[in-house]
Amino acid sequence: MAEITLQVNGAQRSVSADTRTSLLDLLREHLDLTGTKKGCDHGQCGACTVLIDGRRANSCLALAVAWDGAEITTVEGLGDGAEPHPLQTAFMDFDAFQCGYCTPGQLCSAAGMLAEGGPSAVTADLTGDPPLTAEEIRERMNGNLCRCGAYVNIVAAIEDVSR
Amino acid sequence: MRPFSYSRATDARDALERFQPGTMYLGGGTNLVDLMRLGVARPDSLVDVTRLPYDTVEAAGDGLRIGAAVRNSDLAMHPVVRERYPMLARAVLSGASGQVRNMATVAGNLLQRTRCPYFQDISHPCNKRRPASGCPAIDGDHSGLAVFGHSEHCVATHPSDMAVALAALDARVHVTGPAGDRVVPMPGLHRLPDGEPERDTVLAAGELITAVELPPPPAGASHYRKVRERASFAFALVSVAAVLDVADGVVRDCRLALGGVAHAPWRAELAEAELRGAPATQEDFSRAAEAELSRARPLPRNAYKVPLARNLIVRTLQELVP
Repeated sequence: MAEITLQVNGAQRSVSADTRTSLLDLLREHLDLTGTKKGCDHGQCGACTVLIDGRRANSCLALAVAWDGAEITTVEGLGDGAEPHPLQTAFMDFDAFQCGYCTPGQLCSAAGMLAEGGPSAVTADLTGDPPLTAEEIRERMNGNLCRCGAYVNIVAAIEDVSR
Repeated sequence: MRPFSYSRATDARDALERFQPGTMYLGGGTNLVDLMRLGVARPDSLVDVTRLPYDTVEAAGDGLRIGAAVRNSDLAMHPVVRERYPMLARAVLSGASGQVRNMATVAGNLLQRTRCPYFQDISHPCNKRRPASGCPAIDGDHSGLAVFGHSEHCVATHPSDMAVALAALDARVHVTGPAGDRVVPMPGLHRLPDGEPERDTVLAAGELITAVELPPPPAGASHYRKVRERASFAFALVSVAAVLDVADGVVRDCRLALGGVAHAPWRAELAEAELRGAPATQEDFSRAAEAELSRARPLPRNAYKVPLARNLIVRTLQELVP
């Protein structure tokens, strides 16, 4: 067992958990924050994406104990409590989901991605900071699968927020 | 997942002291945690080395010293890497996803295990996972596996993109361990399987990578190109890291390394030897590629990699001609 303290969506949370506990399971099973979803549990689908110290990460591949002391933002903490995050509004405006299971991961990943900047694998000139075209967004969101295939509207929603 | 103890090391000496039989060092965990969940990796204890003071990229003479704990995304976004070693930045960016690159470390990237489907599935035998148990890939699905340097015991490939660029850049891997410090050149960190496929690298038990040092970038234009089964977030079927220096239509120098084709990043030395001093034409690039591929030993289901590698080499070199 390990004592793990995290800042989760702005509140300090302390949990005693087995060292095997992933950050994903800690959020869902210990803290009842079930907005973060378990898809593949292998880092391949992105449904479990959260922000760790402001950077997007697969919470299924993170051992909670290894991130003791970190600041975590889940989909529940994206908005400010009164208003949804602009990405959440855009996802509704653009109908960027069907079943919705991948959506929390898409939202957290998009929020992290918009803060990253810099080039991607599809950027021609790596020294620059290219505009976020649809092609750039698709590449940067490659870690989030949507089995309903709502990609067209997900890209449109993110593009709208990035403008 | 088997129970394990966890501790955080504060510096290299602390990490080495914590290392015992059954210990594994933990970096970003993007491969190791998955392998533990799959039952492939079964450590008794994890020593977390991500807080060691190796998280910076610094000038080292005319080259660069990259700390072992630098996250992949930070390496790819570093302004000096993007400006002077764009091939390395592109190789890193072509691997995995934004989430994984934010977590994965440089040393962890080098030490990640093969994605051979039999290695990752404990219901199958695998000489790499359980020595002398057999290799089902040789008569089974080896479509994504090695065409160079494999053995009767193992046909796995090393999955890293970054390592391919490092092999082309003559990087030097700094290691510390129970027997002291040493420097391992790239290529040279990863070994071919021979009769010991359980050993991916030349590192001894308890040895810890502390940094990767890059010499000054080689003259010429460079590129990293990767071919895979989907447009993004997939491992390479074949990739190439190429540097080409041409003067008056003649190749002055070149570097060529291939990924996705061997148990280690494959430095194409035969092709390089053909290219140096040769005219920079498509015919000469083809001849150089054929020279390298003459030592390929494709298996029935991955023979496509030979023409794929040839075409990838030729096209990439053509694009690098000024």
